[in-house]
Amino acid sequence: MFDTLTRGFRQARNRLAGLTELTAGNIDAALREVRLSLLEADVEIGVVKAFLARVKEAAVGRTLETRVKHAGEVHQVSASDHFIKICHDELEAMMTHEGDEIAWADSGPTGIMMVGLQGSGKTTSCAKLSRYLEKQGKKPLLVAADMQRPAAVEQLKVLGESLKIPVFNIPGESPVAICAAARGEAKRLGRDVIIYDTAGRLAIDEPLMQELAQIKDATKPENVFLVVDAMIGQDAVKTARGFNERLSIGGVVLTKLDGDARGGAALSIKEVTGAPVLFTGIGETTDKFEPFRADGMASRILGMGDVVGLMQDF
Amino acid sequence: TKVRESEGFFGRLKALFAGKKEIDPNVVEQIEEVLLTSDVGVKTTELLLDEIRSALSRNELADTDKVWDALREHAKRILRVGAGGGLPLKAQPTVVMVVGVNGVGKTTTIGKLATQLKAEGRTVVLAAGDTFRAAAVQQLNVWGKRVGCEVVRGKDGANPGAVIFDAIQKAKDTGADVVLADTAGRLHTKTNLMEELSRVARTMNKALEGAPHETLLVLDATNGQNAMQQAALFKEALPITGIVLTKLDGTAKGGVILGICAEHGLPVRYVGIGERAEDLREFEPDEFVEAMLGRASGSEDAAA
Ligand SMILES: Nc1nc2c(ncn2[C@@H]2O[C@H](COP(=O)(O)OP(=O)(O)OP(=O)(O)O)[C@@H](O)[C@H]2O)c(=O)[nH]1
Ligand SMILES: Nc1nc2c(ncn2[C@@H]2O[C@H](COP(=O)(O)OP(=O)(O)OP(=O)(O)O)[C@@H](O)[C@H]2O)c(=O)[nH]1
Ligand SMILES: [Mg+2]
Ligand SMILES: [Mg+2]
Repeated sequence: MFDTLTRGFRQARNRLAGLTELTAGNIDAALREVRLSLLEADVEIGVVKAFLARVKEAAVGRTLETRVKHAGEVHQVSASDHFIKICHDELEAMMTHEGDEIAWADSGPTGIMMVGLQGSGKTTSCAKLSRYLEKQGKKPLLVAADMQRPAAVEQLKVLGESLKIPVFNIPGESPVAICAAARGEAKRLGRDVIIYDTAGRLAIDEPLMQELAQIKDATKPENVFLVVDAMIGQDAVKTARGFNERLSIGGVVLTKLDGDARGGAALSIKEVTGAPVLFTGIGETTDKFEPFRADGMASRILGMGDVVGLMQDF
Repeated sequence: TKVRESEGFFGRLKALFAGKKEIDPNVVEQIEEVLLTSDVGVKTTELLLDEIRSALSRNELADTDKVWDALREHAKRILRVGAGGGLPLKAQPTVVMVVGVNGVGKTTTIGKLATQLKAEGRTVVLAAGDTFRAAAVQQLNVWGKRVGCEVVRGKDGANPGAVIFDAIQKAKDTGADVVLADTAGRLHTKTNLMEELSRVARTMNKALEGAPHETLLVLDATNGQNAMQQAALFKEALPITGIVLTKLDGTAKGGVILGICAEHGLPVRYVGIGERAEDLREFEPDEFVEAMLGRASGSEDAAA
């Protein structure tokens, strides 16, 4: 009783001062809206729930300004608007990655192993990454270790040739043997980064996952990157977990972001594996490759740009 | 938080279930969860739940099992649109154009289809219409060798329409039964590339009146809601006649196809269940729904 009285009094005083307190009640509508939006963006449903519970807990009880100046005009903003902005900032914070994208070897060539589902964009991303690193003064070697898909080796060779970056393969050999031999080839050619292209596979395909584990054992790469198609749905979590359990992935390359996929997997995968998105693929040609930017991705996943834009001066 | 989150809808449900003790009051919530985790998407999930809710309010469903049965029935009804499985061979040669976004499995599906047609005694010509992606032509060529059928190819960077035109010509000259035309993957949002596809289709019609007789849109079953946009925009650019849903071996999901069938009425012709030549099946709506929602009268495994 006394509680509600003081609370009512406090709220009245807050309104005069242009303040609002975020409560479970007044952010309810926003919670539902954000939930729908995240689901539409293909964020995994468990991740949606955990994320919203966390943000809600952190937000409720906070007192915030209800008037904002945007482009010279004063706007009235609601508790819901505040909550959406808090979600946006939390998304951005979660996906932000500090430091270098690549873990470099202390001595000898640095290894980067690319893994992922069929057709996710591994081979293309290998070529893109080699080009990106060469621009930074590195001397990459591409290793064609997909001996399974028709013409997968030729695909990497064509890409390597167009970039004038060497591609290593041993016809008829096993992927493990090819990868194991690549280090010697890198030394011979004076290359300081080795990028391994592997065949696409399902995380539930035991023999093929075993093969990846063997490649990792044989090459001890500093980096294992999971290549993920931005269009992936609720399966992103199961996939990322599967690959992470066997290979402990260090980062994610999110491809095909040049379309209109919202790319909720970026959030889901970070939440369940801790592995951040490091690079993005934004086109089919080898120049369409960029380091990941969390701010743009947060807006894209949340899909509530108008509210977030209005609140950006906060 | 779980209860809070769905308070409004929870409250409405309670009212609905008043006096019907035999139905688990959480059944609608459970159904919602299963549908959403299967990539059915918010909009189609609501559509399905509305059916269930109104059946419940009419007291048509006696127990929880009946609720799930009703859901399965409704999903199956949506998926039974159009002709369903198989590839009708309506002309000599029947020309099939295969399209879709990058990496969904177009080329592999062509290899698998060619294998099936060959086994049925048909002669097949493959058209290497992806002249853009690195080694796409070689990839199709490997399939052509495997299956034992001719691959008509141009130079890398050649005009895809011209290559497919030649392939149709070849099929006409040799009396082949089917032409399977591969195209480069492209995102549905790239208007210039989508226009190119329409042009290719028109060129095909110049080679043979009525071609392409079939235009198959390949969709990746692991995709989420973006597949809705893919279907909408490919359908806008081309007269899509059917869908091939690939990579179903890796997922019990693929639920986005429900929304696509409900909205566009496109029949699913085949599903891909692996990378090998034999991993292509005619689509069975009942089987698909049971894989996604669990078997009839088993609410435990359905909710799992
Ligand atoms: N639009 C677009 N297409 C991309 C991007 N990255 C890759 N692709 C395309 O996606 C398709 C598949 O790419 P690949 O690099 O062959 O994929 P992969 O993972 O190596 O495939 P498998 O080896 O068969 O498992 C190709 O058509 C690529 O051109 C991207 O960022 N944007
Ligand atoms: N697990 C599984 N993999 C498949 C299936 N269909 C195709 N793939 C694999 O998916 C990858 C891409 O297949 P492609 O046939 O090259 O796809 P595409 O659509 O022609 O790709 P682009 O021409 O680059 O756009 C390959 O590794 C195929 O082996 C399937 O049904 N199940
Ligand atoms: Mg590859
Ligand atoms: Mg292809």
